[in-house]
Amino acid sequence: MSTTNAIQSSNDFVIKFANVNGSGSASANELFARAIMRMGVPVAPRNIFPSNIQGMPTWYEMRVSAAGWLGRRGGCDLMVAMNPQTWDRDIAEIEPGGYLVYDSTKSLPRSRFREDITVLGIPLTEICNREYTDPRQRQLFKNIMYVGALTALLDMDFASVEKLIADQYRGKDKLIGANVNALKLGYDHAKANLSCPIGLRVERSNGVGDKIFVNGNDACGLGAVYGGATVAAWYPITPSTSVIEAFSSYCRKYRTDPDNGMARYAVVQAEDELASIGMVIGAAWNGSRAFTATSGPGISLMQEFFGLAYFAEVPAVIFDVQRGGPSTGMPTRTQQSDLISCAYASHGDTKHVLLFPEDPYECFTLGAQAFDLADRLQTPVFVLLDLDIGMNDRLCQPFDWDDQRRYDRGKVMSEAELEAGKNFGRYLDVDGDGIPWRTIPGAHPTKGAFFSRGTTRNAYAKYSEAGTDYVYNMERLRRKFETAKKLVPAPILNRASQPSRFGAIYYGSTSAAMAEASALLEGQGIHVNTLRVRGFPFADEVIDFIDEHDHVFVVEQNESGQLRMLLMTEGQVDPKRLVRVLHYDGTPITARFISGKIAGALSEHKVTPIRKQVAS
Amino acid sequence: MTYLAKPKLLRADAPRNTLGYTRRDYEGAISTLCAGCGHDSISAAIVQACFDLDIEPHRVAKLSGIGCSSKTPDYFLGASHGFNTTHGRMPSVLTGAALANRDLTYMGISGDGDSASIGIGQFAHAMRRGVNMTYIVENNGVYGLTKGQFSATADKGSKSKRGVVNSDTPIDLAALALQLGASYVARSFSGDKEQLIPLIKGALRHRGPAFIDVISPCVTFNNHAGSTKSYDYVREHNDAVNRLDVILPRDQISASYAPGELRRIVQHDGSVLHLRKLDKDYDPSDRVGAMNHLQERHALGEIVTGLLYVDTGAEDLHRHLNTVEKPLNQLGDAYLCPGSKALDALNASLR
Repeated sequence: MSTTNAIQSSNDFVIKFANVNGSGSASANELFARAIMRMGVPVAPRNIFPSNIQGMPTWYEMRVSAAGWLGRRGGCDLMVAMNPQTWDRDIAEIEPGGYLVYDSTKSLPRSRFREDITVLGIPLTEICNREYTDPRQRQLFKNIMYVGALTALLDMDFASVEKLIADQYRGKDKLIGANVNALKLGYDHAKANLSCPIGLRVERSNGVGDKIFVNGNDACGLGAVYGGATVAAWYPITPSTSVIEAFSSYCRKYRTDPDNGMARYAVVQAEDELASIGMVIGAAWNGSRAFTATSGPGISLMQEFFGLAYFAEVPAVIFDVQRGGPSTGMPTRTQQSDLISCAYASHGDTKHVLLFPEDPYECFTLGAQAFDLADRLQTPVFVLLDLDIGMNDRLCQPFDWDDQRRYDRGKVMSEAELEAGKNFGRYLDVDGDGIPWRTIPGAHPTKGAFFSRGTTRNAYAKYSEAGTDYVYNMERLRRKFETAKKLVPAPILNRASQPSRFGAIYYGSTSAAMAEASALLEGQGIHVNTLRVRGFPFADEVIDFIDEHDHVFVVEQNESGQLRMLLMTEGQVDPKRLVRVLHYDGTPITARFISGKIAGALSEHKVTPIRKQVAS
Repeated sequence: MTYLAKPKLLRADAPRNTLGYTRRDYEGAISTLCAGCGHDSISAAIVQACFDLDIEPHRVAKLSGIGCSSKTPDYFLGASHGFNTTHGRMPSVLTGAALANRDLTYMGISGDGDSASIGIGQFAHAMRRGVNMTYIVENNGVYGLTKGQFSATADKGSKSKRGVVNSDTPIDLAALALQLGASYVARSFSGDKEQLIPLIKGALRHRGPAFIDVISPCVTFNNHAGSTKSYDYVREHNDAVNRLDVILPRDQISASYAPGELRRIVQHDGSVLHLRKLDKDYDPSDRVGAMNHLQERHALGEIVTGLLYVDTGAEDLHRHLNTVEKPLNQLGDAYLCPGSKALDALNASLR
């Protein structure tokens, strides 16, 4: 076991913890991530967990990046191997020159290690068995103990980790002492028995700034509170469950009437996804802002209701935290594979509005905006995030809110307007934007009542099977979708440092890896303009961007290139100009993957780097 | 189905309720159901019940699923908002609507296919959840719009128009509603408006899930010999346990009853249910007894009707959720949005 060529890096490496799920490792690992962030160094942790409660392998991967890259890098510089089940693959994953921390209580044959890594054994079980009698404590403090050892190995400040523990367990003082004690046991053992620090180090920095550390599901729940949602109906499904839990918890905090303790919101756990979306549609039809949160299988179940909401023109907000499909697929792995099933959800000619947040900050802002859009457009609006940003805490810009902002309730005809004799036709396009006026049940004693239905009707909501009425309605819906183009959030353009004939389009959680990939490519002299799509239907800028480039890479986390399909069908783009860059094994896409694919594709096509062209 | 407006002729001396509305104000479009359809009698009973109770038509929301029964909300309460939803899913849409505005009266109209087959899950959970509503199933034992297939309430051994004998066990929605926690459960017959109208009135004045199973013969596909949902069969086997009169606080009580014949039940809003006993041993406050009675009589081929169960102290979904008194759909921005200051504090806690 040599230490030659051991990786030397300050504030830029990947640590991975291999644990058994249900062993209490998650909170210790998170504590460690926070400790690094408290030192001002950006960290992007990711939980890679099984669809299981106890006993199966789980990993916690932490990207430490002074440059602030928050995408998954790939590879692992330091493995904390705590799970014998996955030992071999964990050892194999360590980069040459990397480090291994393991529980050395039982000696392992030399053959189970590698020659090109630094092995750091700590007899965690032995120390725990010596120090604790309670079996649960023996398990839990083993985790805190390796955090203590890492604090020493990475040259971190013990006092600041200690303070973090105190902050975390404030009010539960008993736990503070016990945890700090375990931390110290690990720290002292490493200091006394291992050569500290190793080549990987954490140094104080100011890379975190005022950023917050939060997960996207939490931010969606908060966005729904700020967006004015009063009714949430849902059915538990991984990885979306915590959206509603967060909404409920923020509502208890912010929406409890201070005078009487009563709730200014209603959350109902329905019997299934069909009932969830049914309740959302009923509440929104009746003038409340309402939403549900689900994942792929739920989207499949809700299809008929999406068609009703589309055709009867009822607002609805759906947070779809995407996971690996099809069918039950990979419930605890990430993908962006529900675009098509959401964009065209339900039978007949339907089209829906989609939003693609890149991180928790946008989960909040687009989440809140979704309610305005749904009311304005009187249609379902899907917020498509995924497990990677939904369930992992991510550094992002702090949440903000303009207190002058008022909810846009869209075209709701008031009692006074009805009383004054304003012409009301529920499906009449009076403004030319395809969006009709609606009334809220109970508004006026004699005017404005209508019968909502999924069947065809005329502009005054009366049942009709006349082809002319049907066509009028469908053409109006098409106009409404055109209007939506201008209302969805605009795409974000990033130009390469030099002019380029190549572009890349991406969306959602791919953002962090794409930004880093662009930098990697720039470093190789490859310049690619990038455009982050934030909404569907596509704003004109999206199609213009494609027109400006010879080839555009469409970077996605699904197998079939679903955004590309949408660009082809909705943007009339020549498929040959849209090059697929697809990552879909269930792990978050990496910068190395994207840059490798793009660089590879460009060299295959014998593309001369732009720099040379410009120079010549 | 075509939409026809009814002529606006009105007799000058048409009776008006205390709000000044005539019965015509509670009617809807002309029905497109078959002549003699039991469902039209139920629509008429709803019109009468709302007229009698002085309900403002626009303060009612009427929701339905898919099927002949679910078309009927177009044929009554034309000044009310209505929502003809998807097949079997009316209960969830109604639940959402009721969450948004607790101040309206919610009427769910469904059929035996809509509630006992495709929608049995939503039917069951809306009952369990305590949604404040009047849920009426217009029960004819067949699918009308698709021309006469058995539904899940068709009795075992009953014969279809084409001569097929049903071999499946029937679902008794009233019995299910009792088991699932509905707090007002009744069964009636569309051919008996004297019984039906008061039962609807009692349900509309009830707080909590009120369920009425109305046997409503399908004249086209299920009114022949061998059917257990025909006019003749139901008349012959109608086993009413009581007769209801709903007395509003404003009403003078004029009828007199023999001692022991009457039971008075006061609802949460002060309305009084006067129950004239037809079966002296039947106790409509005994949920388990009601379930047993239904099963026993069903085994004898009888159709038990009347107010089967009522719990006037029941709490509804809003009470369970502790929602504010003001309807959620009327809370303004200031009541809903915590604002930027709260966000600053939250940001600080996330660092």
